[in-house]
Amino acid sequence: MDNAASPAAASGYADPPRRMGFFTDTSVCIGCKACEVACKEWNGVPDDGFNLLGMSYDNTGGLSANSWRAVAFIEQPAPPKAPDGGAGDLRWLMMSNVCKHCTHAACLDVCPTGALFRTEFSTVVVQEDICNGCGYCIPACPYGVIDQREGDGRAWKCTMCYDRIGDGLTPACAKACPTQSIQYGPLDELRGRAEQRQAKLHEAGETSARLYGNDPGDGVGGDGAFFLLLDEPEVYGLPPDPVVTTRDLPKMWRTAGLAALTMAAAVVAAFVGRSR
Amino acid sequence: MTDFRSYYGRPVVRPAVWRKDIAGYLFTGGLAAGSALLAAGADLTGRPGLRRVGRLTALGALGASTYFLVNDLGRPARFHHMLRVAKPTSPMSVGTWILAAFGPAAGLAAVSEIAPRLPGGPARTAATAAGRAAGLAAAAVAPALATYTGVLLADTATPSWHEAYPELPFVFAGSALAAGAGMALVAAPLAETGPARRVAVAGAALELYGSHRVENELGLLSEPYKQGRPGRLLRAGRALTAAGVVGALLGRRSKVMSVLSGAALLAASVATRFGIFEGGIASAADPRYTVVPQRERLDRITRTPSTPVTAAPERAPAQD
Ligand code: SF4
Ligand code: SF4
Repeated sequence: MDNAASPAAASGYADPPRRMGFFTDTSVCIGCKACEVACKEWNGVPDDGFNLLGMSYDNTGGLSANSWRAVAFIEQPAPPKAPDGGAGDLRWLMMSNVCKHCTHAACLDVCPTGALFRTEFSTVVVQEDICNGCGYCIPACPYGVIDQREGDGRAWKCTMCYDRIGDGLTPACAKACPTQSIQYGPLDELRGRAEQRQAKLHEAGETSARLYGNDPGDGVGGDGAFFLLLDEPEVYGLPPDPVVTTRDLPKMWRTAGLAALTMAAAVVAAFVGRSR
Repeated sequence: MTDFRSYYGRPVVRPAVWRKDIAGYLFTGGLAAGSALLAAGADLTGRPGLRRVGRLTALGALGASTYFLVNDLGRPARFHHMLRVAKPTSPMSVGTWILAAFGPAAGLAAVSEIAPRLPGGPARTAATAAGRAAGLAAAAVAPALATYTGVLLADTATPSWHEAYPELPFVFAGSALAAGAGMALVAAPLAETGPARRVAVAGAALELYGSHRVENELGLLSEPYKQGRPGRLLRAGRALTAAGVVGALLGRRSKVMSVLSGAALLAASVATRFGIFEGGIASAADPRYTVVPQRERLDRITRTPSTPVTAAPERAPAQD
């Protein structure tokens, strides 16, 4: 298996299993939040406060240290059904968001303790006994996923149920999803399935259906957890064109090196320049 | 295009959870680096007063830096977990090792300042030699200490930090030089401050040039550095830097002028660091700064402007 297809192999696993992933098909999501509940139950994730946010049926508010799946609700004016149909109805878009388990994961790159690591399934997981809460992964993630838990200090996020998938089980969210909006499986299979689904929706006239995070050529090398969306990513709170920040890191180090040399030269000049 | 769509105006990327400690560390780390450089120069050119101020400041600022860095951790007792790995892809890991190299050297150089109080002979000679070696070692690491923090901030998805990656190391290098020189003007004997004044000019030039670019050359992403508190801080930094440099140049013979201009340079460095720090946080907190540049980039590539809300039919018209 080539390294691009297997981040696990690229990280040094000798003979890793297939890359596992999530395909979240938002076109069949009914917004039941079974995924949120199942995730909390299985992973022992504390509550995120019991708030009314005034964001449609979303009172979770997005992914956080205490919400590893979060269902977004968008209310939109639906388009007219026929040319003379007048103003359309309201439509709901719903999407269960999750950590993308990026091929090039900024959180993992910048973690200074090695707490974040690449598993044999090519997912990205925090080791809670290593993380010292430095917080660097948090602004590094281009999707705003990983977060510090208050009162705990460490960083937390979706593990793709590392403890389940190692035993051949399905992650809790995918298991609980009643509509198969969340599908778990080998990533290459999921990608194929997603393309078929998109084609089918286009045939049915739902031309706004688009895949998000499925392209290994994108700024993060493709996501291990990708989506079928019915509107632009930013409508769901997703970045339209995310790029792993460490892509520019070699240029950054070169710039810093130049600045350091400039600095040293300025001091040398200040001392040898004149005698006073 | 400044029109953009978002999910209830919520941020897309997460603002850093770092507290003011980290902004404070940007300053103290720079001060330690600038002071160590001045101390080494002073040592080699026979300026004991300037050397002493530089070495003691470097140690004090290093102590403050260590406190800030440990205190900001979610789990301070696990500070040493940073030492498990050395990762070039993590500027924080690189910074940890830079500090680990700088710290003992700067500490030894400062301790060697007791040499003159030792009884003459071998003990004093040995302390002086060790101090010189340690001071030079600290100075060798100092430029890395002063500039890696620019990479630390830039290597994030925080829009206005990342976009400023070509500038931040220069701003921070300048700010570190100006701060070190400022402290020397405050505390070193007037007769030995000539090099510190020249360093102040060079540092101020770098800092002013870099922050001017940050505030004006990043397009939409310059905005967070011009508005609100970050804007006020950066403007204050600029004014204080200018005042400090003028004072440093005109006040060669006046202790009072030197102290005042040194204080202005130190305050300028604090203001600039906090301004850059808070400007980045502000850019992450507003989805505009994440969405608009990415959308523009996409539209440039695909040449298909974003579709309006109503372009998505709910179901196939043919079946209705
Ligand atoms: S989505 Fe964020 S937290 Fe998840 S793997 Fe990618 S960078 Fe890390
Ligand atoms: S907060 Fe924890 S997981 Fe995140 S970068 Fe720091 S040590 Fe790594």
